[in-house]
Amino acid sequence: MKHFALLLRTVAAWAVTLLVVFPLIWLVLTSFKTEMQAIAVPPQLFFTPTLESFAEVNLRSDYLLHAGNSVITSVFSTFLGLAIAAPAAYSMAFFRTRRTRDILMWMLSTKMMPAVGALVPVYVLAQTAGLLDSLTALIVVFTLSNLPIMVWMLYSGFKDIPPDILEAARMDGASVWGEFLHVIRPLAMGTLASTALLCLVLAWNEAFWSLNLSSAKAGTLATLIASYSSPEGLFWAKLSAASLMAIAPIVVVGWFSQKQLVQGLTFGAVK
Amino acid sequence: MNRLLPRALMAPAVATLFLWMIVPLAMTIYFSLVRYNLMQPGEKDFLGLANFEFFVTDPDFGPSVVNTLVLLGSVIAITVIGGVALALLVNESFPGRGIVRVLLISPFFVMPTANALLWKHMMMNPIYGVLAQVSIFFGMTPVDWLTNHPLFSVILMVAWQWLPFACLIFITSLQSLDRDQMEAAGMDGANALQKFWFLTLPHLGRPIAVVIMIEMIFLMSVFAEIFTTTGGGPGNESTNVAFLIFKQALMNFDVGVASAGALFAVVLANIAAVFLIRMIGKNLD
Repeated sequence: MKHFALLLRTVAAWAVTLLVVFPLIWLVLTSFKTEMQAIAVPPQLFFTPTLESFAEVNLRSDYLLHAGNSVITSVFSTFLGLAIAAPAAYSMAFFRTRRTRDILMWMLSTKMMPAVGALVPVYVLAQTAGLLDSLTALIVVFTLSNLPIMVWMLYSGFKDIPPDILEAARMDGASVWGEFLHVIRPLAMGTLASTALLCLVLAWNEAFWSLNLSSAKAGTLATLIASYSSPEGLFWAKLSAASLMAIAPIVVVGWFSQKQLVQGLTFGAVK
Repeated sequence: MNRLLPRALMAPAVATLFLWMIVPLAMTIYFSLVRYNLMQPGEKDFLGLANFEFFVTDPDFGPSVVNTLVLLGSVIAITVIGGVALALLVNESFPGRGIVRVLLISPFFVMPTANALLWKHMMMNPIYGVLAQVSIFFGMTPVDWLTNHPLFSVILMVAWQWLPFACLIFITSLQSLDRDQMEAAGMDGANALQKFWFLTLPHLGRPIAVVIMIEMIFLMSVFAEIFTTTGGGPGNESTNVAFLIFKQALMNFDVGVASAGALFAVVLANIAAVFLIRMIGKNLD
């Protein structure tokens, strides 16, 4: 009876999981097909894989340019965000005042604003500054929209560092900078890394701002994929190959940052 | 020095976020009160509330509000119910549980535009799509999902993306469920349904609330999925408020009207935000 229950659970769990991820599996399969195989009726499960779509995508659609843009915008916005958020979180965690809580709450509240509410002014500002379709505009916007989450995650991480350690360092005459460099930094590396990972994921997948603020020059992978909407979307193998190349790196990063993701996106409300 | 430094460390973050909040808001309020069309340069005449009136009396406005709410409600219902069911299914150990969890979370990391096109073409295409082939296999007539059920199609795409998110949060939360209590309830003769109803569900109350509120904030302005698949159509059948604002601003170039709409969206989102912030605040100390 117990074995039967386990068997049932295993089969059910695997069946449901495969059903949920089926579109992704299909995407991977299609990317290794030829265009003819991709639209074959009935759909083919077994075929000789080919890499021709991947080569085509690279040749025809400036994949490398867009991939480069995605890397630059997500990496720069993550580091810029860390540079602004880390000192703030540090200050809030180790020099708590009566107002710390209010400031944290207020920062969170800025994340609650729907992006579309700021679309018009940001578009107009970027246009006035001549920054439409520029990486600079995307980096700034990505940084700002991730900043509240970064401060929050870093704050929760720093807060868990026992204050006694700091106390001891101060007694030994460490300066604030020395304290940060030699005491906090080693302890906080985990927090810094997980915050960076989450922000990379968010910036990489960001679509609202990149669709509205960029096109041919500064377009990220999200906009490149969107350009397959029509009529190139008719070439499914190429669409799949491009999509796979766009999502694979970040899905892998995502697998490793699941825990941080829960904490970061729920602002610590679920443990 | 010791009083000044903490503030100095905080200053850049506070200042940038303050600007990020106040500048767009002030500009939006100003734009919403004047005549401002990107295609018609000239004086920005003061209009009073005319832009708001125009946005609200737009024949697309009513349907877009309804669509926004239907989209929001359906996705939340699907992800919360499906997420709890999935989380319960993979909570106990079985062979390959680790792999299942990793696979399950994957759709959440797929960028919205790739997600949308994957569904639009390879799943929902009425001739070659997988769904069409499956229905032919079972002897049914294939459905042209995006033409005949555009809003439902968008709901499906968005739900597919957010189901793993909800599921992941419920899995995390189930791990802190009191096992002894469960066992004790079993000893006292409670059946599975009773255990679920009186122990598991109350335990999940808080994560469910969190998921609902976070999804409210993110899904209020679903954009990329609509932009890449239906373009809001056919007609206005899959236009939500966010897409309507985008259309006014960057397709009709009417910044004034779009700004009035944006203020409307901000108010809508804030209703959800107030509750979420309060809840997180309680959890902070």
